[in-house]
Amino acid sequence: MQVKNEDIIMQANKETPTVSLDRRHDVSKNPLCLSGKGVTREFHAGGTHTIAVNNVDFEFREGELVSIVGESGSGKTTLSKMLLGLLQPTSGDIYFRGKKRDISSGRKKKEYWKNIQAIFQDPFSSFNVFNKIDTVLLDCINMTGGKNLPADKKVELMTEACSFVNLKFAELTNKYPFELSGGQMQRLMIARIFLLKPKILLADEPTSMIDACSRATILDMLLNLRDEIGMTVIFITHDIGLAYYISDTVYIMEHGKFVEHGSADEVILTPKAPYTKRLISDVPKIHEPWDLSTVSGSAE
Amino acid sequence: MGKVMLEVRELTTKYVTRFREDVYAVDHVSLSIEEGKSLGIAGESGCGKSTLALSLMGYYFPPLHYMSGEIIVDGKNISGLDPDTVRKKVLGTDVAYIPQAAMNALNPTRKISAFIQDVILAHDPKANKKDIRDMAEKRFEELHLPKEALDKHAVELSGGMKQRVVIAVSTILSPKVLIADEPSSALDVTSQKVVIKMLRDMMDRGFIRSMIFITHELPLLYNVTDDIMVMYAGQIVERGSAKEMVFDPVHPYSRGLMRSILVPEDGTRNNKLIAIPGTPPNLKHPPEGCRFAERCKYAMPSCRYNSMPIIDFAPGRQYRCGHSVSHLREVYASEE
Repeated sequence: MQVKNEDIIMQANKETPTVSLDRRHDVSKNPLCLSGKGVTREFHAGGTHTIAVNNVDFEFREGELVSIVGESGSGKTTLSKMLLGLLQPTSGDIYFRGKKRDISSGRKKKEYWKNIQAIFQDPFSSFNVFNKIDTVLLDCINMTGGKNLPADKKVELMTEACSFVNLKFAELTNKYPFELSGGQMQRLMIARIFLLKPKILLADEPTSMIDACSRATILDMLLNLRDEIGMTVIFITHDIGLAYYISDTVYIMEHGKFVEHGSADEVILTPKAPYTKRLISDVPKIHEPWDLSTVSGSAE
Repeated sequence: MGKVMLEVRELTTKYVTRFREDVYAVDHVSLSIEEGKSLGIAGESGCGKSTLALSLMGYYFPPLHYMSGEIIVDGKNISGLDPDTVRKKVLGTDVAYIPQAAMNALNPTRKISAFIQDVILAHDPKANKKDIRDMAEKRFEELHLPKEALDKHAVELSGGMKQRVVIAVSTILSPKVLIADEPSSALDVTSQKVVIKMLRDMMDRGFIRSMIFITHELPLLYNVTDDIMVMYAGQIVERGSAKEMVFDPVHPYSRGLMRSILVPEDGTRNNKLIAIPGTPPNLKHPPEGCRFAERCKYAMPSCRYNSMPIIDFAPGRQYRCGHSVSHLREVYASEE
């Protein structure tokens, strides 16, 4: 407990309190990082047939911050599993840096995973509870070819990664992940990504279990990863306000299909698809009135 | 000024942990709500919002314990009553509660009509089953809920419908105070809107006479409630009307909270967000002085030792901070 409080004081003294998340980049000329053509995933269970992702095309460029927005059941998670290579598409192809992605064998899959990493919604279940924080970070160094580095160099790398996310490595050694708070754990997760430096980061609702006040810090760190390492960040969320703030490009997903995509300003401020319009009008707002009359009481 | 429906004076409740440690999750909270008004409670997780909701029902079971203070619902003091009396005489008629996870609140083996019967029979054991059925049908019709839902089991309903059914069941006796604890957080934006519309309708029709709405989603609170109260580490740090709280927060913590709102509106994208570093204090050993001092950018050395009382500074507005309101406003203006 003592360490936590010191950590707080340390941060309070140094951190800048305001964060601007408006860091749009023009990525239209960057080479393609991850793209898909006709990607479809069907599920068969107990006689029912569900098309979770239905013939979607996408093009994510290097250094782009893409948000995929949709309500629950729209197929966001199935798509992200396919992007991560945890599920195979039923049909269609995914291309990684212009070449068709090949994850047919375990070895090839491991090779692919060096290029793509993920942060999940629940920081509490993202870590192995038996591994100390040092081990978590050391694993990342070993995986990226730093196995034979001298010990002090390794410590230096870990310290650098921790300071990137405003954590103090010296206070984290010999601790277990569950001794940290949710926000700290999510930051440790980002420190891992900083060490691994993958080409693509898939963030599946990374802030939904984090408090509003810490949310800005986490989002700021994700943007820093993009700005400093040039990573492509794919942000999966149901919060259209959040997507508007941070993304270069927004894809709107409904029933397994992308109904609209384009720059964040284009999609959110001048939506064309009826679904996008509905999604935006249903979100409570601050400056514009929230029109409750557009829903009928017996909807559903 | 309308009639006061709920008045809470210095309510303190605690949790006792397995290791016999006391955690004061609601610490000297005072509030009041007038008839026809709604009060929103905002704050980060673990700040005591939900514990306050449970405490306001007057229904305590371990590890939650009532310590001191008064809860007065329409002139009737319900604090310190034994759980059985609370269940029979208070819940449903004076105070009703909507939990966050409606999905888990309904027994899967029973029909919806059975829940309504339970509520009514608990208060009036001689009630006629046919009357109850008529009453339920009438209320469902008024709320634009399909009557067929009464003969269904919880599993046959969608998430949004389950939440609306739970609201209809808990408010069947037209309670004086409805406590809605994150009633729409688990729902999609569209179902959320339907639930909110229903709650607003119920307020307008007088099915609920006042409401406490708990959520961490500030844009929602701004649109739903008349007043907003911000809680931090078991205490109220600021209260004011929804508009004042969103556009002119005084307490550094409320300001951080309000300045972390992300809404999809034109021109809001380049707003600077306030990031408050650190975590809330451990309530097993709360700090001596201001509970927010550790994380506060504006904290003075004395803030860490002097405990702050909550002060009225304008009609309907209260705050808890060692700085004066004018000083805080000056500092904020210089930062813009």
